[in-house]
Amino acid sequence: MAVIDIENIQKIYQMGETQVAALRGVSLQIEKGEMVAIMGPSGSGKSTLMNIIGCLDQPTAGIYRLDGVDVHKLDDDQLAEIRNKKIGFVFQSFNLLPRTAALAQVELPMVYAGAPDRRKRALEALTQVGLGERVHHRPNELSGGQQQRVAIARALVNNPAIILADEPTGNLDSVAGEEIMNIFKRLNREQGMTVILVTHDPDVAANAQRIIHVKDGQVASSK
Amino acid sequence: MNIFESFRIALQNLSANKLRSGLTMLGVIIGVGAVIALVSIGRGAQEAITSQIQSVGTNLLYVRPGSSNEGGVRGQEGSAGTLTLEDAQALDQVPGIVGVAPEIDSFAQMVAGGNNTNARLVGTTPAFQTVRDFAPAAGEFINDSNVSARSTVACLGSSVAAQLFPDSDPLGQSIRINNVPFRVQCVMESKGGTGFLSQDTQVIVPLTTAQTRLANAGRFRGSSNINVINLKIADLSQSDAITQQVGEILRERHRVVEDDFTVQSQEDVLSAATAVTDTLTLFLGGVAAISLIVGGIGIMNIMLVSVTERTREIGIRKAVGAKRRDILLQFLTEATVLSVLGGIIGILLGWGISALMGSFRFGNTAVTPVVDLTAVLLAVIFSVAVGLFFGIYPAARASALRPIEALRYE
Repeated sequence: MAVIDIENIQKIYQMGETQVAALRGVSLQIEKGEMVAIMGPSGSGKSTLMNIIGCLDQPTAGIYRLDGVDVHKLDDDQLAEIRNKKIGFVFQSFNLLPRTAALAQVELPMVYAGAPDRRKRALEALTQVGLGERVHHRPNELSGGQQQRVAIARALVNNPAIILADEPTGNLDSVAGEEIMNIFKRLNREQGMTVILVTHDPDVAANAQRIIHVKDGQVASSK
Repeated sequence: MNIFESFRIALQNLSANKLRSGLTMLGVIIGVGAVIALVSIGRGAQEAITSQIQSVGTNLLYVRPGSSNEGGVRGQEGSAGTLTLEDAQALDQVPGIVGVAPEIDSFAQMVAGGNNTNARLVGTTPAFQTVRDFAPAAGEFINDSNVSARSTVACLGSSVAAQLFPDSDPLGQSIRINNVPFRVQCVMESKGGTGFLSQDTQVIVPLTTAQTRLANAGRFRGSSNINVINLKIADLSQSDAITQQVGEILRERHRVVEDDFTVQSQEDVLSAATAVTDTLTLFLGGVAAISLIVGGIGIMNIMLVSVTERTREIGIRKAVGAKRRDILLQFLTEATVLSVLGGIIGILLGWGISALMGSFRFGNTAVTPVVDLTAVLLAVIFSVAVGLFFGIYPAARASALRPIEALRYE
C-alpha cells in the first residue's frame, strides 16, 4: 500500500490581484519502505510540494492520503497531530531548539504526543544515530553533522510513517554529508523506514532508489 | 502536554534569560510591594487613631452647645454658650446614664519653678474620672469638697508632669496657672496617644475653680458656661434612645424648639475617623495598584518581544506536533510564572518595608503598620490576573503563527 498517495494536487497562491499556481496537478505515489528523492530547480514548486507532503500546508485542490489518512480538510490542530505521529522532519538548518540539551530535543515530539518512557526512547534514538555519548550537549556545543544527527534522532523517535528531509546535507561539508546520507540509507535498509529527500543536489539524490523531478509545478519524470 | 510540562518549559526559558526575567518581574515586585506596604501603613494609621479614640472610653455621649446666632450671624459650633452646670445636673436623672461630667476647657501657661509649658486646661467634676475611665497614677483625683470650695488644686497629665517636674515628685508641689498658684494633688495615668487626641498633655482642675479663679483665661471669661457635657451610658445599644431623651430635657430647660446643642456619640467620632483613614488607605492602595498595572504592561511588552524572538522555536515546536493550545499554554504559563514569582517577592518586600516603617518614629507619632491578609491575598490574585491578562495577547499571537512561516523566520 502506498504510504503517500497524491492525486492531482494544485496549490494556488493569491498574490494581491494575481494568482500564482505553484502546483498544477501533481500526482504521485510513494510506497512504504521506499527511499525517494524529489528534485527540481528553485521555483519548480518543489518546496510547496514538500510543505504539503509534510502537512505544513494544505493543497488548494486535489486529494492527499498519508498512511491511509485523508489529510484534506483537516484543521490546524489535527495537522499538528499528523505531523507529530506520522512525519519526521529533517531540515537543512537543523532547526534545533536553542540552549536545549540533545536529549530534551529528541524528547520534544514525545512531550507533545504524551508518550511514556521518553528518556529511554530518546536515548535509544540518539544511540541509533551514533550520539549516545553526547546526549547532554547543547546545539552550540555540537558540530553541524552532530546537530543534524540530533535532528534525525528527533525525527525518528516517534516511529513515523515517513522521514521528510529537506536538503539535509545543504549546510554540511562533504564528509559530514556522507555520514548523514549513510544514516538515512541504514534507516531505510535496516528498519524499512520510508525516506523522502528533497534536494537539488544530484549526489544526494543518487542515494535514492527513485528520483521524482518536479518542473513548473508538475511532475516531469519519475524513475 | 500537561500543565506540569509547560511549567517546566516556562522555568527553563525564564532561567535561560535571567536578567531579562528579573527586570520584567521588577515591575510586579514593586507594584505588589507598594500595595502591601502602603495599605499596611494606612491600616496602621487607622488602628492608631482608633485605639486613641477608644482609650477615652467607648460608652460616651458628648453634649455640646450649638452655634451662636446674633443678628442673623451664625457663629461656630459650640459658641452659643447655652449649656450650664444645672443642665448637667438635670441629665444625671436620665435612666441609663451612669455618669455626667461637665467640662470647660482652654489652653493656659503652666509654670513650675524654672520650667513652663502650655497645656490644655480642663475644669470638671469628680465624675470625670469614671466617665472618661481615667484614673490618677499617684495622689487623689479632685473630689466634691474641692469643687464646692473652689480649691486651687490640680491634677497633671503624665506628659505635663514630666515637663514641669523632670527631676522631682510633683505631688504636693506648687504650680502657677495663668499666675494663679495651684497645688498638685495628683498625677494622672499615662494613656498614650498624640496631638490633640492625647490625654496626657492636659491639666485637670475643679470646674468651679476654673469658672471663678481662672475667669480671665480665654473662653472662661465671665461665664458659667459649659463647653461639653460628657455622658457615660450603661449600654451602648441605648445610645439613640438616650440621645433623644437628653434632647427633650435640654429643649425643655432651654425653652427652645430648635436644638441649641448637639449630641454626639463616641461611635460617631470613631466612624468619622475611620471614614477618613479608609479613604486614605484606599487612595494609597489605588496609587500602588497603578504601578502594578504598569508592571503588567512590562510583562506584556517582554512577552511580545519574546514571541518575535522565538518565532523559529515556535515553528520547530509546531513542526514536531505542538498544537495551538500547547503554544498558548506555554507562553501563558511563562507570563504567569513571571507575575506570580514577582508577586511572591513583592509580598516579602512589602512586608519588609512595613516592618521597617514600624521601627521608625515620625515626630512623636508611632504608626505600626498592620500587614493586612486581605491586601496580601488581593495582591496575589491581582498579580496572577495581571500575568494572565497581559500574557494572553502575546500567547495568542504565538499560537496563531503558521509553522511554515515561523520556520522560515530569520
